[in-house]
Amino acid sequence: MGIIEAKKLIFEYIRRDEEGNVEGITRAVDEVDLDIKQGDFVAVLGHNGSGKSTLAKHLNAILYPTEGTVWVDGKDTMDEEYLWDIRQTAGMVFQNPDNQIIGQVVEEDVGFGPENMGVPTKEIWERVEESLKAVGMYKYRKHSPNKLSGGQKQRVSIAGVIAMHPKCIILDEPTAMLDPNGRKEVIRAVRALNHAEGITVVLITHYMEEIIHADKAIVMDKGHIAMQGTPREIFSKVEKLKELRLDVPQVTLLAYELKKSGVNLPDGILTCEELIEALRL
Amino acid sequence: MAIILDHVSHIYEEGTAMEAAALKDVNLVIPDGQFIGLIGHTGSGKSTLVQHLNGLMKPTSGSIYYNGADIHTDGFDKKNLRSKVGLVFQYPEHQLFEIDVFKDVCFGPRNMGLEEKEVELRAYEALKQVGLEDEYFYQSPFDLSGGQKRRVAIAGVLAMKPEVLILDEPTAGLDPKGRDEILDQIALLRKKTGITVVLVSHSMEDVAKYVDRIVVMNQGCVMYDDEPGMVFRHYKELEQVGLAAPQVTYIMQELKKKGLDVDTDVITIEEARDGILKALKR
Ligand SMILES: Nc1ncnc2c1ncn2[C@@H]1O[C@H](COP(=O)(O)OP(=O)(O)OP(=O)(O)O)[C@@H](O)[C@H]1O
Ligand SMILES: Nc1ncnc2c1ncn2[C@@H]1O[C@H](COP(=O)(O)OP(=O)(O)OP(=O)(O)O)[C@@H](O)[C@H]1O
Ligand SMILES: [Mg+2]
Ligand SMILES: [Mg+2]
Repeated sequence: MGIIEAKKLIFEYIRRDEEGNVEGITRAVDEVDLDIKQGDFVAVLGHNGSGKSTLAKHLNAILYPTEGTVWVDGKDTMDEEYLWDIRQTAGMVFQNPDNQIIGQVVEEDVGFGPENMGVPTKEIWERVEESLKAVGMYKYRKHSPNKLSGGQKQRVSIAGVIAMHPKCIILDEPTAMLDPNGRKEVIRAVRALNHAEGITVVLITHYMEEIIHADKAIVMDKGHIAMQGTPREIFSKVEKLKELRLDVPQVTLLAYELKKSGVNLPDGILTCEELIEALRL
Repeated sequence: MAIILDHVSHIYEEGTAMEAAALKDVNLVIPDGQFIGLIGHTGSGKSTLVQHLNGLMKPTSGSIYYNGADIHTDGFDKKNLRSKVGLVFQYPEHQLFEIDVFKDVCFGPRNMGLEEKEVELRAYEALKQVGLEDEYFYQSPFDLSGGQKRRVAIAGVLAMKPEVLILDEPTAGLDPKGRDEILDQIALLRKKTGITVVLVSHSMEDVAKYVDRIVVMNQGCVMYDDEPGMVFRHYKELEQVGLAAPQVTYIMQELKKKGLDVDTDVITIEEARDGILKALKR
């Protein structure tokens, strides 16, 4: 069994008026099956409102299925007994870092998770240092998180999750607010965690370049999975992706444009090196 | 007419241990009708800078002039300024508060004292411009996905029909199609009405594609202020300060290294395609 599995997962948001009468129902996740193996790097793509965040919130028991089942490390997320196990196994970085920063000082904020887990004090400090270094925020350890810029905050919240040493990290658009350098650093840090520590990664993003090294990409459309495969398989289908409101990495797009203009190139070029090779330079 | 920043500095929490100089002696002229890209590493002062343009923040020293008037003198109409200089915040949550999406977008124009019919017309038009489907109009803005909230926040400012539109990372969180749609809409709006646009962005590709002028911030100072092609020539220096050139620029450099005779000053996909095709024919 994989670290994360879902069978026919359905989730409906129910909106009610002040009296509690049902006003409307949105089916945000619609019969989704997942099977993510320990150590996988899985990317989740999809248009705004396609259900990515809703799906992600099921993976650490913030939301529970309306129908179907989700298992994290073999445990049914509906089973309250395992709530803390599940939250420790699968750490989450949200879309907006403001919502998850709690400490008054950066290092306190990052230490909060391990402290809650009962990690011994000495080890907490080691973890804080290591995770702040991993995201390039160590020199800000004494700062107040609320006064950091958007991008700096985002990196602190990632450090907070890393410090819990989860088996799996779910990142919901972690780089949306970062500068090009910060984006590279975070993706590099996430890849290193995945490679070196074998931490499973689920990365939700709207930046196509960030996922070319993923083992697998899942494309959501209106709550269901519209495509899945390796990044190369996915990015070979430029037109289909455009229909789904997505895009391809810049290199892939350039190669696609060249091909349309008559240059003989294969589909799904993902890196500059591949383009050079295909052009026989 | 224009917005002028004259020796503007901003220090947060001056005199405390947390003192941070976010803007240091910034001088800028933002003339009417320009499309300006504001880029810079995280924490370089972009959000602080743009919040000075509509009077939301006051400089620690220096002055800001709007159409010739110092906006921090007594009697200056700040409320009017905020409807003329519309700012979309970096985090849409900071600007959404009404019970439903439509009311939220109505707030700005209603606050300007417009007639109710005009208010609703504008709100509807703005929501169409940002591509939000009708089914969401009467839902709480807090029940929307990240990208949907972003659209509502942008619509709220568009509905005021400002003369100067400032967008603080408006495309963060938008899907790729949405990114293009919103920026295309803004470019179109500017072409039709001649408004001034200031776009804060971490996407070098978007900036390269849309703006006429780029202002680069580094640690609270203006580092470059020039047209995009010129600014991206300094890609080595930009990398030193957390930025980069658009990805195609790097691709062109690699191709050139491998002996393909292409121009490396290219900053958009179309230019790159044309350049490569030309070089291949040679
Ligand atoms: N709290 C909520 N109450 C009601 N409906 C909601 C709520 N949160 C999300 N929705 C709806 O559920 C659907 C899926 O939203 P979700 O946030 O999962 O999308 P997403 O793929 O993460 O989008 P984005 O890329 O914009 O972040 C959308 O139609 C959205 O409007
Ligand atoms: N309320 C505040 N109090 C103290 N310092 C602050 C405050 N807000 C921002 N700062 C500091 O001022 C500097 C500039 O922040 P600002 O938010 O303007 O940067 P930015 O360029 O918009 O960054 P980003 O790209 O991450 O959004 C940063 O070093 C930040 O830590
Ligand atoms: Mg989301
Ligand atoms: Mg900012």
